[in-house]
Amino acid sequence: MLNFGLMWESVPDLLGGLAVTLELTVLSLIFGMVLALPLAALRTARSPVCWMPAYAYITFFRGTPLLVQIFLIYYGSGQFDWIRTTPLWPVLREAYWCAILAFSMNTAAYTAEILRGAIQAVPRGEIEAGLALGMSRWLAFRLISLPRAFRLALPAYGNEIILVIKSSSLASTITLLDITGVARTLVAHTYAPYEVFLVAGALYLVLVLATTRVLALVEHWLKVDAVATPTPGDVAQAAG
Amino acid sequence: MTLLVSAISLVFGTLVGFLGAGAKLSRFRALRLVADIYTTVIRGIPELIIILLLYFGGTVTLTALAGHYVEVNGFGAGVFALSIVFGAYATEIFRGAVLAIPRGQTEAARALGMRRAAVFWTILLPQLWRFALPGIGNLWLVLLKDSALISVVGLEELLRKTAITAGATRQPFTFYFAAAMIYLLFTIVSSTVLHWAERRAARGLQSA
Repeated sequence: MLNFGLMWESVPDLLGGLAVTLELTVLSLIFGMVLALPLAALRTARSPVCWMPAYAYITFFRGTPLLVQIFLIYYGSGQFDWIRTTPLWPVLREAYWCAILAFSMNTAAYTAEILRGAIQAVPRGEIEAGLALGMSRWLAFRLISLPRAFRLALPAYGNEIILVIKSSSLASTITLLDITGVARTLVAHTYAPYEVFLVAGALYLVLVLATTRVLALVEHWLKVDAVATPTPGDVAQAAG
Repeated sequence: MTLLVSAISLVFGTLVGFLGAGAKLSRFRALRLVADIYTTVIRGIPELIIILLLYFGGTVTLTALAGHYVEVNGFGAGVFALSIVFGAYATEIFRGAVLAIPRGQTEAARALGMRRAAVFWTILLPQLWRFALPGIGNLWLVLLKDSALISVVGLEELLRKTAITAGATRQPFTFYFAAAMIYLLFTIVSSTVLHWAERRAARGLQSA
């Protein structure tokens, strides 16, 4: 039978892990978005010199497992002596920053595709209307395409946030003590896998459900016009 | 090994997805509730936690049952974990696909005197395929990549073998990069095949 006392005792430790999970998620999402904006711009550019590298980057990060990317950065960077002499080394030496780097680069690839889809989904007529009113192309992009694209991208980006929360658990494979990392350590000490992993799973579940609720509120709040609710097909597309 | 784990999980996961969608669309509230809890919980928890829970938890349960130490093999725990994860997402996709088929078609078939089973086999199933394919295709790509997580519990699939080689040769970048390229090859080939299958499933239709 489950040992409820042990489950209760594991909660404070796991809450400590929750802080690390949140940090990893939030920092990765911010860096990822900063990286995704130029990436999406390059991806939609007409010149092959611009879109080909962006396309290659996106294909690589979306086509390989995140765990491989983490290992590539964390273990792989040690192979080259010259990296050790660069100012980047203090960053690449730390598992924490390696994880953030991997998560950010990974989510940037997915986010760039989401943004690209959204920019292309802005009705042409709205942009043309702006141009007809005498706006410059840049002004029309800034005042019409961009805000509209952000609203259109929101449901898919919400899914991406959930995926980042869940994939942050991979940080535990390179010694970080996020929720999963703490849980694995506790299991190694107590050998009570059900109790500890169930509590850890419940924490993630609460985190994900809370995020979903907040996202639903934001979506509702930003509902500028009758945007159709996402169909299961849309959701599946975003998950891929 | 990576392909084997993924393929077996695909089969079981699809099966679970069918059952789950059936439960979600059933007339019985209890079944719907169980299916709702299943998809919400599984989709809200990281895959890694599920794999670890089944691997270590399975070992504890089997040891208690057998009375002596039994270790669950990573293969079984991995396939089981990936199948229930795949199943949870597949449930939603199949549910959406069934709902995408106009109700009038089912009603027309019933009105013509077809039995429920016949309606399912000849009207719903052939169209279900077309609506579900894009979603299931995406899930397959996710599954291929998630299979790398099983290396954490020691199954010698592609990534685990890479880690061993990388450690032995002290050339981690070279080998992890090679592994990444192999995964990339799998996903590119898969998406090409899927693209073709989607076109084929949508043949005879305008703009699909």
